[in-house]
Amino acid sequence: MKSFIEYITSIFKGVWTLLIGMKVTGKYVFTPWKHVTHSYPENRDTLVMFERFRGEVIMPHDANNEHKCTGCGICELNCPNGSIEIISKSIVTPEGKKKRLIDQHIYHLGMCTLCNLCVKACPTGAIVMGQNFEHAVWDRAKLTKVLNQPGSKISEGVKE
Amino acid sequence: MSEIKEVIVKTDRLATDKYQVNMGPQHPSTHGVLRLLVTLEGEKVLNVQPHTGYIHSGIEKMCEAISYPQIIHLTDRMDYLSAHMSNEAVALCVENALQIEVPDRVKYIRTIMDELTRLASHQLWWCVYGMDLGALTTFFYGLRDRELILDIFEETCGARMTVSYSTPGGLMFDIHPNFQKRVKDYIKYFKTKLPEYDQLLSGNVIMRERTEGIGYLTLEEAIDFGVTGPSGRASGFSCDVRKHQPYSAYPFVKFNEILDHRCDSLARYEVRIKEMWESISIIEQLIDNIPEGDYAVKMKGVLKLPEGEFYQRAESARGEFGVFIVSDGKKNPYRVKFRSPGFSNLFALNNMAKGHKIADLVAIMSTLDLIIPDIDR
Repeated sequence: MKSFIEYITSIFKGVWTLLIGMKVTGKYVFTPWKHVTHSYPENRDTLVMFERFRGEVIMPHDANNEHKCTGCGICELNCPNGSIEIISKSIVTPEGKKKRLIDQHIYHLGMCTLCNLCVKACPTGAIVMGQNFEHAVWDRAKLTKVLNQPGSKISEGVKE
Repeated sequence: MSEIKEVIVKTDRLATDKYQVNMGPQHPSTHGVLRLLVTLEGEKVLNVQPHTGYIHSGIEKMCEAISYPQIIHLTDRMDYLSAHMSNEAVALCVENALQIEVPDRVKYIRTIMDELTRLASHQLWWCVYGMDLGALTTFFYGLRDRELILDIFEETCGARMTVSYSTPGGLMFDIHPNFQKRVKDYIKYFKTKLPEYDQLLSGNVIMRERTEGIGYLTLEEAIDFGVTGPSGRASGFSCDVRKHQPYSAYPFVKFNEILDHRCDSLARYEVRIKEMWESISIIEQLIDNIPEGDYAVKMKGVLKLPEGEFYQRAESARGEFGVFIVSDGKKNPYRVKFRSPGFSNLFALNNMAKGHKIADLVAIMSTLDLIIPDIDR
């Protein structure tokens, strides 16, 4: 008889613990505005990422299509997995000096682990981390990017 | 004639055959690509043989080809739920080798980040544990709270999980101006939410029936297998590196090492829940007292460690994480070995699960909080 009573009470105790859990879930059923999720694809226009968010490496250009990259190659040396390739060219300045300039700053987004070492190492602040994170493409070749825009040149006043 | 008799006798006893089942590498409850070769008799587990290596990425070998600051980003990818602790262990190891003393500010921020990572990791563990027991509700509640920690990481470190925040000599960035306010808000918020975890799952009758007295791991076995972290402490094994070999700002804070002597699945569950409270208290002690100063020591462009062997331990969310660097004086390490907690914890599974039903095997494995890239590296 005693074990039977224990059995019955254990059932009620078990149901009670379930009801405690139900109370918590019920609270959220009736207060659905207290959520933290973003309805992401719908809020694309208003979505602002944090300023430090690392989405991709970009090279900002100003209004005159000028960038700050000198082509020194420090980012290439600091990259752990070879995502950056610097192709430089040498030109002759009007004064007759030979000068090394950036030809192409090739960035393989598909290999990049976004570790921030290149941006940290850049002496002129030519490359920064961009906030764009929608990188899906149909063709893998599109993940290889040339960061300096065609026709761009180094802005004056950048120390080499 | 006698042979026939034997056969008849066997069928009379309804002897069931032993058979082997592969659980994984694509089984959802193994949280990745872990393969368990389970020997069963009916539903009873006789032997569990873990087979690892399905996500082996050769991180230790890759480390030999890159410089010390570059190793950091690879350690993110091993134990991705406690990435910051792995980063910190490597950074501390390099700093010890070079005999660099980092500013107090760095120590404090590192410790706060450690504890936030531990909170996030235990929250994810909690929600996945509920899911393995069949309670999908917990998954949403745990992730809801974890998301806010990831926001804090994203604002300060720039990434949600693969933070790469600790570097040799300090930190990648200074903390964001909002950091302290956000953390304080979060602690206030999470203190109201953590009791909900108890109401939802800890007291639940189904959960208790499935964990009490299941998955017994004695203290001797825990020490033999090197089971560390919350899983080891649930067997009464005092193994908290934060307490025994304090690093960063842990000498400055007061906290308890959570020990439990019940040795079963429930003990491993409750140790983690209590650790979350401890993490909250550690963060509360530190967050208002972050000293002013530099966020990094000025380091040379090329780091060269002196010749020798260096070892550094850190307490990750799963146990003791160790970094062993052998240097021959060049800018690359000669050999790097990571002691990952998951690997040691996994192989104690056989002793825990033997004799239990196969459904309990899932519940026991989940209490170990396994991260497969951490096991395979």
